[in-house]
Amino acid sequence: MAYSDKVIDHYQNPRNVGSFAKDMAGVGTGLVGAPECGDVMKLQIKVNLDTGLIEDARFKTFGCGSAIASSSLATEWLKGKSIDDAQKIKNTDIVNELKLPPVKIHCSVLAEDAIKAAIQDFQEKWARKRVAAAASTS
Amino acid sequence: MAVKLPIFMDSHSTTPMDPRVLEDMIPYFTEKFGHPGSRNHPFGWEAEAGMERAREQLAKLIGARDPKEVVFTSGGTESDNLALKGVAEMYREKGDHIVTTVIEHRAILDPCRRLEKQGVRVTYVPVGSDGIVDVDQIRRAVTDKTILISVMFANNEIGTIQPVEEIGKLAKERGVLFHTDAAQAVGKIPVDVEKMGIDLLTCTAHKIYGPKGIGALYVRRKAPRVRIAAMIDGGGHERGTRSGTVPVPLAVGFGRAAEICREVMGEEGARLGKLRDTLQDRILSTVDETYLNGHPDKRLPHNLNISFAYVEGESVLMGLNKEVALSSGSACTSSTLEPSYVIAALGVGADLAHSSIRFGLHRFTTEEEVAYVTDRTIEVVKRLRDMSPLYELAKEGVDIKSIQWKAE
Repeated sequence: MAYSDKVIDHYQNPRNVGSFAKDMAGVGTGLVGAPECGDVMKLQIKVNLDTGLIEDARFKTFGCGSAIASSSLATEWLKGKSIDDAQKIKNTDIVNELKLPPVKIHCSVLAEDAIKAAIQDFQEKWARKRVAAAASTS
Repeated sequence: MAVKLPIFMDSHSTTPMDPRVLEDMIPYFTEKFGHPGSRNHPFGWEAEAGMERAREQLAKLIGARDPKEVVFTSGGTESDNLALKGVAEMYREKGDHIVTTVIEHRAILDPCRRLEKQGVRVTYVPVGSDGIVDVDQIRRAVTDKTILISVMFANNEIGTIQPVEEIGKLAKERGVLFHTDAAQAVGKIPVDVEKMGIDLLTCTAHKIYGPKGIGALYVRRKAPRVRIAAMIDGGGHERGTRSGTVPVPLAVGFGRAAEICREVMGEEGARLGKLRDTLQDRILSTVDETYLNGHPDKRLPHNLNISFAYVEGESVLMGLNKEVALSSGSACTSSTLEPSYVIAALGVGADLAHSSIRFGLHRFTTEEEVAYVTDRTIEVVKRLRDMSPLYELAKEGVDIKSIQWKAE
């Protein structure tokens, strides 16, 4: 199978590999997939609690080159986005950008799941605090 | 010495042709182009002579008593199909049961599935965690309706060598025919159909430094005389067992390849075994949590199959594929998205099946190439582990199996 240039680029130069401490302020963590299925993605967002914007993102992925590229691309897209805009990232956007073949579409689905899981985790941990903080300063 | 890239280390899939083989083939494309069935002119005679010499060379390599027992086919897959379907049809009166193993090549498993649809019963015997089949389990699977036992000689992924001679003996005791897919074994390790009690044997040219497009099925003619129904009719070539003009240049190449293998097998196996051991030892001693798949000793000397925990096989191949050609049991390298059923049959867990890498050394593999592949593999695995969430969890002391994974 031939890989697209973009997949190769993300595989060889993955963006934002790494981890934030899970309890760091504004961090939401998503861990999706399963080892038995050959794909596990950990995706983290770090939200600025004042502006509500995602100021940084990290990933670690166990999976094929397309899975690595999908999660690497996702972290790139997440940076600078609001939570609402981040929610709008669709797996099909990733498929189109990386030119994934049909057999690799599940990689993009997993990346979308990882984004959603990270956002959910952020909201459970920090969103309420942020709203409270915003209310107290206004 | 600088190595020439890319390095081919995927010799279970195919092998480069030996230049000596090509040299012998060339005249049979041009001057000696005759049809081996043309009985009335020198073009036919010399083509037939080339084909028959090849049959003899092949018979010698596998210890067949009579070259007539060698039937040329298009390759291993056809030979497997012919053996299974040919026996099932011919011996239908006698029985309707076949015994095989779960780690056979798809060229065995798929025909078995088709035969099952036609009412044949098939028992798939499991293998141990070392990839070796237990002869007693085969013994227990055989019934008075069993017509054929088909067990591969050596596995194409993990290289394990099955107790073929014992199975041959068992088959004789029970009056059952014994077929072995020896595509990976012939030319690499000693194979002797007489000594090992083999009634039918599959082999193919392109795995022994010969051309693609030709294989053979050994069909025993004496004690017992094995009869098989033909799958391809028309013209009655190969004594009616396989119609169609034998591709003489390919047959000549197959024969020469067999002859060379017979001459160099001992020395070549020892050399490759030593190189393979170096590769294995360096990887296993340098990278933590790497596991050898298969049996430590009872395997092909040029085979190495390792699972690198926490990294996915295809991503390893991707990191190497401009420099080194390898293969993986990862689902992502297959069209089915299922990981290797062979590695899974060892009971190692699907996660490690996804992480398996197969190395296949061959006649032209050099020490420098092995050193290069070792270094690069270790580098790529380390890089991927640095970006593996599973490795991170494991290093934090989390038991991966204790996590409730949300699969898609």
